[in-house]
Order: sequence, then structure tokens, then C-alpha cells
Amino acid sequence: MVEHRDVRVVYRGGSRINFREPVISNDSRFLLCAAGEFVKVFSTVTEECVHELRGHTDQVTGVLLRPSNHLQVYSCSADGTIRLWDFTDGILIKTYVVGYPIFSIYASPNHNDVVFVVTCMFQLVAVRLPRCADQRVDVPDLSAVLSDVSSNPAAVAFGRAGGFLASVKGLQMEIYFFKTSKFFLKEDNKKGGRNTFTCVACHPKDDCVATGHEDGKIRLWRNFNHKKEYTYSILHWHHSAVSAVRFTPEGTNLLSGGVESVLVQWRYNQESQKDFLPRLGAAITHLAVSPDGALFCTSHSDNKITIIQSCVRVSAVIQGLVKGENVRTDLMVDPRSKALVLNGKPGHLQFYSLQRDKLLFNLDVVQQEFIHQSGLEQFQVVRAALDASGSWLATVEERKRDAADLELNLKLWRFDEQTQSFELNTTVAAPHEARITAACFDQAASSRTSTLVTSSRDGRFKAWRLAAPAHTDGDGPSWSCDFVGAYHGLVPGRCCFSADGSLLAVAFREVATVWSAASWELLTTLSQPPGDIRDLCFGRMSGSKYLLGTNENKMLLCWNLLSCSLEWSTSMDVRLLLPDPLSENMAAFCFQDGSTDLFVFGPGEPRPLFSQKAVCSGSVTRAVFAPREAELESCEESSQWLNRSQLYFLTQFMVNRKTAGSPGEPTESRWEPLEPGLGFHREPLVIDDAVAMTPFHLLLGKHRRPEAASGLSAERTPPPHGSPAIKEVGSRERSSDNAPLVSQLLQAPAHVLPAASFLCSAFVKSLLVSAAGSSEESRPPEEETESEKEEEESDEETRTRISRPDQESRGARGGREAGGPALTKAQLRELRRIRKLDLGWLAGLMEP
Amino acid sequence: MGEFKVHRVRFFDYMPSAIRAVAFCRRTERLAAARADGSVEIFNFADNYFQEKVIPGRDGRAVEALCWVGRRLFSAGLDGEITEYDLENLRPRYSLEAYGGPVWTISSNKQGTLLAAGCEDGTVKMFEILEDRIQFQRNLDRQKGRIVSLSWHPSGAQIAAGMMDMIRIFDTETGHASHRLLVERGAGASKTQEVVVWSVAFLSDSTIISGDSAGKVQIWDGFTGTLVRTHLVTKWDVLVLSVSPDESSVIAGTSEGTVTQFQFISSAVEPLPGSDRQWVRTRTFKNHSHDVRALVHTDTAVVSGGMDTQLVVRPLLDKVEKNTQESALRKITFPHKNLVSCAKKAGLLLFQFPDHLEVWRLGDSDGNGKPGDILPVKRKPEKLIQLNRKGDDQICCSALSPCGGWLAYSTVCGVRLYRLQLDNNNICINKVSKVPKELCSAQQLCFSSDSSRFFASSSQSSVVVVGLQQLEWRHLQTLRPKSGSREPVNLLAPSEDGRWLVTANTDCEIHVFDLQKLKLHCSLPVYASCPTAVSVHPTSGCLVSVHADRQILEFSLEQKEYTEWSRKLQQQGLHPLWLQRDTPVTAVTFDPRNPAHIILHDAFMFCVIDQTLPLPDAKTNLYNQLVLRSLPPAERSRNGHAFKICKSFQNLLSVALLEDRSLVVVERPLQDIAARLPAPVRQKKFAT
Repeated sequence: MVEHRDVRVVYRGGSRINFREPVISNDSRFLLCAAGEFVKVFSTVTEECVHELRGHTDQVTGVLLRPSNHLQVYSCSADGTIRLWDFTDGILIKTYVVGYPIFSIYASPNHNDVVFVVTCMFQLVAVRLPRCADQRVDVPDLSAVLSDVSSNPAAVAFGRAGGFLASVKGLQMEIYFFKTSKFFLKEDNKKGGRNTFTCVACHPKDDCVATGHEDGKIRLWRNFNHKKEYTYSILHWHHSAVSAVRFTPEGTNLLSGGVESVLVQWRYNQESQKDFLPRLGAAITHLAVSPDGALFCTSHSDNKITIIQSCVRVSAVIQGLVKGENVRTDLMVDPRSKALVLNGKPGHLQFYSLQRDKLLFNLDVVQQEFIHQSGLEQFQVVRAALDASGSWLATVEERKRDAADLELNLKLWRFDEQTQSFELNTTVAAPHEARITAACFDQAASSRTSTLVTSSRDGRFKAWRLAAPAHTDGDGPSWSCDFVGAYHGLVPGRCCFSADGSLLAVAFREVATVWSAASWELLTTLSQPPGDIRDLCFGRMSGSKYLLGTNENKMLLCWNLLSCSLEWSTSMDVRLLLPDPLSENMAAFCFQDGSTDLFVFGPGEPRPLFSQKAVCSGSVTRAVFAPREAELESCEESSQWLNRSQLYFLTQFMVNRKTAGSPGEPTESRWEPLEPGLGFHREPLVIDDAVAMTPFHLLLGKHRRPEAASGLSAERTPPPHGSPAIKEVGSRERSSDNAPLVSQLLQAPAHVLPAASFLCSAFVKSLLVSAAGSSEESRPPEEETESEKEEEESDEETRTRISRPDQESRGARGGREAGGPALTKAQLRELRRIRKLDLGWLAGLMEP
Repeated sequence: MGEFKVHRVRFFDYMPSAIRAVAFCRRTERLAAARADGSVEIFNFADNYFQEKVIPGRDGRAVEALCWVGRRLFSAGLDGEITEYDLENLRPRYSLEAYGGPVWTISSNKQGTLLAAGCEDGTVKMFEILEDRIQFQRNLDRQKGRIVSLSWHPSGAQIAAGMMDMIRIFDTETGHASHRLLVERGAGASKTQEVVVWSVAFLSDSTIISGDSAGKVQIWDGFTGTLVRTHLVTKWDVLVLSVSPDESSVIAGTSEGTVTQFQFISSAVEPLPGSDRQWVRTRTFKNHSHDVRALVHTDTAVVSGGMDTQLVVRPLLDKVEKNTQESALRKITFPHKNLVSCAKKAGLLLFQFPDHLEVWRLGDSDGNGKPGDILPVKRKPEKLIQLNRKGDDQICCSALSPCGGWLAYSTVCGVRLYRLQLDNNNICINKVSKVPKELCSAQQLCFSSDSSRFFASSSQSSVVVVGLQQLEWRHLQTLRPKSGSREPVNLLAPSEDGRWLVTANTDCEIHVFDLQKLKLHCSLPVYASCPTAVSVHPTSGCLVSVHADRQILEFSLEQKEYTEWSRKLQQQGLHPLWLQRDTPVTAVTFDPRNPAHIILHDAFMFCVIDQTLPLPDAKTNLYNQLVLRSLPPAERSRNGHAFKICKSFQNLLSVALLEDRSLVVVERPLQDIAARLPAPVRQKKFAT
């Protein structure tokens, strides 16, 4: 067992800062908000994060200034604790253990040492916080105040001087008077009326309760101590649900916000006069007012907090990582700013600093007014690509209104050194007729202008080059289409350039095509076991002769471009394959049993440099290698791959994590050791079962069996490294019958067949009577392509036999063997031998 | 329920007139509503909002303000006259020239001794209310600019007058103005336009509330004359204000069609002694598409009327029990009396408009079809005659004889009778001269079924019977009930066989006269609710009356007692849904081929009551026609009940059964009325 001491997964931020209402300190200098498991303290002036209050072990669900001491703050969390902090120094003062997950926290000024929390079962509970000197205190004293409270923290509010409590849920509002007892107000459910309550606020001076409703109305309730004579007035400006209402501390104004992303300020008692602060960027989710009323602050659905001075001027914007509905573009790293680039707000591309966990800027790609309305199709940035130097950026935006009409735009942006920002150079309207599946620049680090390739579902890929303007009056060079490529009408999938920019690989369904970037000539096609290619990338540096791909059939494949043959392949459900631009390493994320495993390997050999199972639960959707600022000098083999770069990935739940080597910190995880040598060659594990049993197969099946057995014995003595896959495949090629090769030659579509010169020798050989035990190592490499194809049709026996050892070693599905064909003696012997092999790493891999 | 061939008539171009003013008398619970054509309608709020009386208007007399003084009703208009109405004979009693130009408003003090009129020339004129008339008493200090609105302080010592750009407070003792409250003009372009204080309200704590043309509702302190608070309600005009009787709530009607409520509430839930209450804008009701010109705040409801001709009663849910009949919103659009008379034998329709009459011949069709089919029209309906009235007074009632040979109408000045002769293409109409002197004016007119007699209700519930011969009419008898009621007759119904004549008056009395003996046969026991439709069964001689509370009574004229069926119905009670219907039944007819069937209708349904079938109890489905249709015939009879209700015709003005057993249904879709209204000031548009 080897411990990889200093590789671990660190949560790097990008958490939601708009999860709960932020809190402004009494002196208006700090803004506190819940961010994941931390409470972040921001400066309201500089927008910088001053402290992170760390201590909770689960999502922080509420932050509240302590009413009796304005320099302290309570925070509550789903881990069932309430913690008291000194937020100016960032010190944890006390931990109160409640024991139940807490959804929100409230306090009122006339209840000393009591906080009100909403726990599970949706009860509002009064918690008396004991006074004692201990750091960690169990809270014994819980008393339920209201049951059936909404889990939305905006649905509960304390009234004037803490005298009553208003809680809304569904169509019902409850007002609880602490002196007397509770009392209901029930809204009539008018037919078709959408007057569900969404939020509530109480006037600080008058007995007036403001409620926001689903239909965009705000109701001001008064006189609610009488059973019948309560009365309300309606303020209606919002067209969609009101998500937040708040009174200013003096009660002179009422603030409200909703999906319109307009902050509306109503004059209390003169509601026809209202002020607006429009264009706040995204839907308002929470509102907060500083205790002196000077600062307002709005949380937005795009993970942003805006600080507003006296309702007229936006003074600061604290922007977290914007998470739209999904990340449509790949993650990229801007070579200049080292910022992470991905789509953010609708129609924008965001540049997010990984080091500082801060959004640097948004590039408005679509350059259209965003209409805040639910259900409206908007332009979305779906693809983006940066060239190696970071001087060109390509973006693809699309809008799909219905099945028929798709609007597509390809935009190319040049980095302007003077303004230090991207400027639009070329807009190509409708570059393709259907969705663009991939866009990439050639990554050659030379100064010459690079090439952009886009591939689309319309069956074409296009290469775009910067061309001098045709007319002299043009502003400068612009991009134009250089080449349109297609391959047998198949839909292109991924495309990528080799590191030197000379080759372009485009995946067409199950065929990988390699084109010369200089002449746009189809150099070769690489086909492989069935399954559409999912991912494709060239090796870097010393591994640049390899092209790696993954396919739908859970295969990881590596072709040697020099021999145009499959170098090796292995069966892994690789969801994401990405090369490190600064080294030759590749990272593969495999999804297995509800969690994701990470493998790092060099393309030359199918041996992982590093592997970690269960990096995170759920699947990893996007990942990127980001270069380090300073290279690390790590000697340990397993963490060397992190010397130059860090690997960041986004999990399904959109949390940004990083695998980082940080030698100073204690190890958190232990790694299962990997046996070198056995490596990744398990390729026939998954073979197409749908192959027809041809008559040839049935005829020749019997006398082929002994050959197969002997072939297997030869097969399982591989050299330690080198090219085990070739050998293995070669041996099987011999062992399998020749007749299927002939039939396959006849059956296979012409376009997936290699050149006739390749096939000739194999065909001739197939006509010969094969001699058992003949050496295959001398076989010329060009036979691999056919052997590979053979693999698709390789006979049942070989398949079961080879797949068996793995199952056997795990002993998981041994019972199934009874149903399989009878094993020959040679096979049994082989099995026994395999059992002796150390397959512990495999077991570790398979365990959930 | 039987099959009928239906004439679906939509060519009655009835257009109600806009409501200009309303006044509510709390003591009698009567609401008077004045329309733009000068007619005044009296609704009895205690009796299911039944429209008891209609006083026809007169051309050139627009009513601008109404005022109840006790049981007396006064109106004033831009013709400069103050009129008192004779509510027994449904006509103006007298008119008095105020000599101050057009009168914009009148208002009486709470004691009912003085009537103040605000005039165009800037004077507030005080009239003393005497027993039988009013008498000019004095002028208050004359101001520059017209007096648009007036409100008395409940003590009667002060009166507030809304004017152009200002409000004046007068001392009624001295007649001098004590305060001048300047009202700010609107912002922007309307800065140069003077602001009209359309309405003022003077509360007992000397708070003055004003509504003006700049869209503001302002609250003033009447002691100091200072502005307390301004509520900007609308961008257009606040036209009318009304204060609740307990002065805790004020409503304001605007030209947007909204009614805004202001309530006098304390800011704290548990008010400390001396804690201040303030006027807070609370609810907004939007029941009108056009200007709300007339508004009354009763104890439990907001009653509003305006340009869109509807009278809307919106109960305040905090004052009434929820989910009761009282808490339902009511819209009164159509008059509660028949404007259509049908010549059953001739197939003619007479439509009554305020200024003319129209006679139409119904179309014809020879097709036969399944129930629900639309038959092809062979002969189009045809307008035969348009008869314009003579004089300035509006037509108050009209009648067409069943044979189609006679036509009569009445105004407050007199009755006119015409002889109609319709040969194939020859239309001939002759006025019958020599009016019997007993016939001076009538509230109701009708012809006997054989068209040989003509009945006209006259003053003090009496009925004048006139015999008709060729181009001649002769007074036969004046029938008087014994009760001596002074109330007007609102229903006249001769029986089919010519034996009986039934009269009903607004005192809820029903009298039956024997036409052969020309004397009173009997009087029915007085039911608490006013009858809205009466009719005598052609064969059995039973009298069926339907009342404003939707009760149905059947009275045998032979036995002079309620019939067995009527007693059973009273015992079992009517279905709650039937009692909750909000328009009165305005006609009862019988199907001569099916003696057990009673046909009646209100504005939104017509109903056939089969007396042979069991009565529905509270749990059965009242509107079960659709359910029945889906059942097999055997089960249909088992599930049926006496009330067979058809709702396929809406906004009904009249339903009549012709001789040939085809049904005439006169509809007036509300959309057609709305389409003829002027464009509203403001239509709600999204995001405005």
C-alpha cells in the first residue's frame, strides 16, 4: 500500500452566495453571507472577502446579527448547530448543538438570548441559548412555537418590537401574538387566482404586514387583530412572483423584488409613488437593508450580491461563480489571465479567477437585452474556444425556439491589448445548418494566426481562417471559411488539433478521421470497435504520436498515428477525457456505481500514473487543467503530474473542486495501489453481443476451439510493457477463424474498410491453413485494423473466456458460468493462473 | 321539458343609459339611481334589490344630483331646476327654478330641514323643506366659480363646498365662508388646467375629504383648514366619494372604473388611548370598465354605477357573513320589467325604447330538425313600424294586443292608442282619438286576450277598463281595490279566458278582479316580498305569482286559497340554488297543451316547472338537464324533478310562447351593450 501523501480533492469555491439573505453589519462595513459550509465576510466597500468563517460541516442555512451585540453573528447550518462568531476577527466564539438540521434562523429584539429556528418537520422552534463558558454547548431548551412553517426563510417575519410573528405558507397566513395566542388569516382561494404567499415582512413601527404573492401583488395587511375586520391594500407592479419584500428600518419605504430584476421602492402610505432601480442583471432572490438604512443589498439568481446606496446607485457587486441552468461550454483557461472561462449569465461568457474565487468579468457575447421572463427562449452561449495565446476567442451562440428554426451565430473576438478586453472581430450568422457540436482552435503556440474548426450536426465540419480583407476599406483581417469537410454524410462529433497544429482529428460517429491541417486532405481513418466516439484528443509532447478517444461502449482507445493502428484499448466508462496542456499526461474521469473515479496516465502506455476512486459522488460534468503559477518540485511519482498544473472539475451539483497538491497539509485520503503491468488491457470486456451467428461461424466453430485455447496460452505472457494490446489482438486474430474475415469483408460498408492494400495480405492469409503456435510478433502492424474489426465479430468463446477472469477474480458473478459454454482444460488452466495474479486493484476499483 | 321551436331574437337594440347619480335612504333601504336620460329608478335593497319603480325622464332634463329627505326624493340638474318626485304616481311632482344657472349638486342636512344647492354662478342656495314643497331661504356668500360639490357637517352648522381649485367652508348661520382650502393642480401639462373638486365629504370630526380631477383624494383638517394627507389614486379624475354611515371608511370612484377604499384605522394592533388613527388606503374594487359616476357606501356594501350602465352592489366581506347570498356580487343591468310585448296570435313583437316603439314581425322557418339544430330562416324578421313618441316625455309603458291589431303606449302626460292594420304588404296605423278622460296616464297597460278590452293602471292602484271597438274606445269601469293603497300598480295580468284581471302593486298586494262583474273578486294574502310576475292559468284558473325573493305561490281563484301544490312547495322549501339566483323572474306563462307546465324566466335562464313531478330537495342537482340527457329514458324519469332549467339563452329580456307553440326568446348580449359604449379612459394593459 502506497500512500499518496499530498494529493487530495479540495473544495475550491464557486459556492452559492445567494443561498440565503445576506446580512449587513451595523456600521455598514461588512456584508455576511452563507456560502456553502462557510460564512463569508465581505467588505461592502472593496467587495473583497475579508474572512471566511469556517467551522460548519454542512450547508450554512442562515446568518443573523446578534441583537444584543452587533459585533457578533449567529449562523445556523444543516449540520444541526448554531455558531456564534466574532465576524470582525473571524473567531468562532461558541457552538450550540441543536441536533436537528436547521433551515433558517430568526431573532427578535425583545426576546433576550432566544433565537427562533425552523427545524426539520417544519416547526418554528424557540431556542433558549444557555449562558455558560463552554465552547460547545448542547441546547436542551427547545419549545415549539408554530408548526407547519414554510422552509423558505422569507416566509416568517417578526412584527413591531417582536410583539407578533407572521408566517405564511401556501394560501394561509398565520399571525402569532406572543401575548395572547395565535390567530389565522386565510386568503380566499379564488378560482384561477395565483395568490399564493411567497414572502412576508413586517413594518418596524406600525402593525402592518406586507406579503408578496405568486401573482406579483404585494398586500399590506392591517387591523389584523380583529377576526373579521382585517383589511388589506394591494400594490401591484411586479408581473411575476414577488420573491422578496422588506421594510426599511424606519418604515418609510417598502422594497420589493422579483424576477424582473428591478428593485422597487414603495413609499409607505403613499404607494402610488414608487422608485425603481432597474437592470440589476438577474432575478432578485433576497433583499437586505443595513440597520442604518443607508445600504440596500440584493441577492440575485446569478449568484451575485449587489450593494446599493440609498436606492439610487449600485456601489458594489459581489459576484460568485455564475451557474446557469448548465455549463454548455467546456471549461477553459484563459492563457492570459489564467482565469477559468465558461458560460455564465445568459448570453455571457464569464472569466472566473480560480485563485481568488472571484468573477473577473463577464464578456457580453450575445449583446442583446436580456428579457426577464420565465419560459422565454434566449440566446445562449453554447460553445467557446480560446487559442493557445489567448488572443482569439471563438463563441457560438444559439437560440432554439422550436424544432424548426435554430438561430446560430459564430463570433470571433480578438484580444485588444490596449483595452485589455476582447473585441468582436467577425460575426458569422448561421455558420452551420444545425447545432454545432464542437469548436476548437489549433493549439500550436506559434505566432501565426490559428485555425478554428467547428463541427455540426448537419454533417459537416468547417475550418475558419483569418483572411486579409478583400477590400481595402475593411477595418482589418476577418475570419472566413477556409474548408468544408464531410465524411460519408456522417455527423461529426468531437474534433481536435494535434499539439503542433498539423493534424486535425474529427470523430464521425464511430470513425475517427485524421486530416492534414495544411492541405485539408483526409490522411487516414481510424475505426475501432463499435460505438460512437464520445471524446477525442491528441497526446502531448512525447505522446504526440498518439490519438486517444473514448466511445459509447465504455472503451478508452489509443491509436498510434505513425502506424495508423490501435495501440491499445481498455474498457472504461470514461465520461471525460482531457489532456494536460503542459505535460503529456491525460486525465480520465470514469463513472462507476454512482461516483466518479479519476485516472491519470501517459498516452504511450495504458498504465495509470495515478488513480483515485470515488473522487466525488455523482458524475463529473466538466474539468480543466489549469497551469500553476509556480512549478512544484515534487519527487513522488504519483503526484508529479500535478507539478505544473492543477486539475479542476465541476461536479454534478455544480461545485467547483480542485485536485491539488499541498504538501503542508495532512493527508486526507489513501489510495489503492495499482499493479503496474496489468495495466489497462482488459479490452474485450465489452463486446458487441449483437453480432449475428453466421452459418460460417456455426460450421467452423468446432474445429476452431483448440486453436483458440493454444492461442490464449501464448497471449497471456506479455512483456511487461510495450504494446500488450497489439500482441493480444494479434494473437486473437490468428486464433479466430478466417471465414468470418471473409464474410466481414463482404458485409462491412465500404467506407469503413481500410485500403485494399491493407486487406490484401490478410485476405490471402485467411485463405491459408494456419499453423498453430506460429509467432504473431512478426506480423506487420497494418493488420491491426482488420484484427480490430475482427474483434467485433470475434467468436463467442474467446469473448467469454477472456472476460471471465475478471469476473472470476471478483467472484461476484461466478454463478453465471454454469450457463456459459463448457471450458476446455487449457482454459481452466489459464483461469487458475489468472486467479493467482494480484488483482487487488481491480477489486478496489469495482467496489462502490 | 318538452321541445319548442325557438325564435332567438337579438334585434332588440336595447341600450340602457349611463348611471349619473345614486342616493340611498337608510331608513327605507331604498336606492334611487338617476340615469343620463333623466329617468330615476328606485331599488328596494331590503327586498332582493328589486327595481320597484321607474320614473321616466324627459328630454332636456339631465339629473345631476339626487337627494333623499326622509321618504321624499329630490333631484337637481343642469337645467337649473330642483324637482321633487311623486313616488306614488311615478312622475315629477313639481320643479322649482333655482335661479342660479345649472345646479351641480344638492344636499340636505341631517335634520332634513334644509336643502342646499350648488349652482353654476357660485352661490350655495338654501331651500327650506316644507311639508309639500320647498321654499328658497337664502344665498350663502357668492363665490367666484361654480359650486360642484357640497357636504354638510352632521351638526348642520357648516357646509363644505367643492369648487374650481378650492374648497370653501361656510358657516350656515352667517352664510360667510370661514375657510378656503386651496387644492393643488395636477402635475405636468394639466398644471394650467383648473382642478375641479368633484366631491367633498365633511365628517363629524371636522375632517374634510375631497376628490378632484387631478386624481387626488385629500384629507383636510376642517378646524385649521390644513391639508393632512394626499393620496394619489389615479391619473384621471376622482369623480365621487362616499362615506360609510359610521364614518370609518370612505370610498372613491374614479374615471378608470375603480373604486378605492380608505379606512380610518389605528397603526397599532392594540391601540393605546390617544393613539392616532389615520386614513389608510386599503382595497380597490374594479367592477366597471368606465367612469364611476355614482357611489354609495351602505352599511355592508359598496354600490356603484357609472358610464357602463350597470349598477354594481359589492358587499364588503368584512361586514357580511361569507358565502351567503348577501356576500355575492350583484350586477344589475336590465330593468326588472318587461320592455317587450308579444302579439301571440299575430307573431309580432313590440319593443319599447324611451323615445320610440318598434313593431317587428318574427321570421319564419319551415325546416324541421333535431333538438339543438339551427333551422334555416325562410323569411327574415322584419321591422314593420317605428313609432316615435310625441312630446318630450319618455315612454313609460306600452302594449300590443294579442291579435296585433292595437298598440298603446303611455307617457306621464297621457295614453295613446293606435289601430294597426297589417295586410300582406300594407301597413296602416291610425291613432284612435278621443281619449276617455279617466285615462290621464298609466304605469301599466295591457290588452285582454280577445283584444276587446284594454286595461290601464292608474293612480292609487286603480285600474281603468276600456272597451275597444273599431276606431273607438269607451271607458267601462274603474276598478279599485278595497285596501286603499296609494302605491302604483307594477303588474297587470288578464286571464286567458277573459274572466279575471290580476293587479299587483309595490305594496306587495295582489288583487283579483272579476271582469264579468267588473268588481273585485278577492285580494291575496300579502306576502312580504314584492311580486315580480303574475299570471292566471288558462284552464285551471289558478293564479301563479313569483316574488322578488324568488318564491312561487299558486292561488286558486275559485277556492280563494293556496293550492295543494303551492302548500307542498312552501312546506318543502325551494332549492337553495334557486333562491340564490340574482335576477328576478320577470314573466310567467303557461303552455296551453301541457296544463301542468309553468314557464318562467329571469335574465340568465328560463325554466319549465312541471307540477306533476316531485319537487327537488336541497341535495338534488338543480341544474340537471345535461345529466338527464346522458341517462337512458327509463332512468331519466326517475331522476327528474319539477324544475327544468335551460341556460342556453343568456341575458334574456323576454320569453313568450306563441299560439303555434313556438317560443320567442329576446336576448340582449352584454357585449353588444359594451360595444356601444364610448372608449374607456383607460384599459389595463400589461406592465402599466
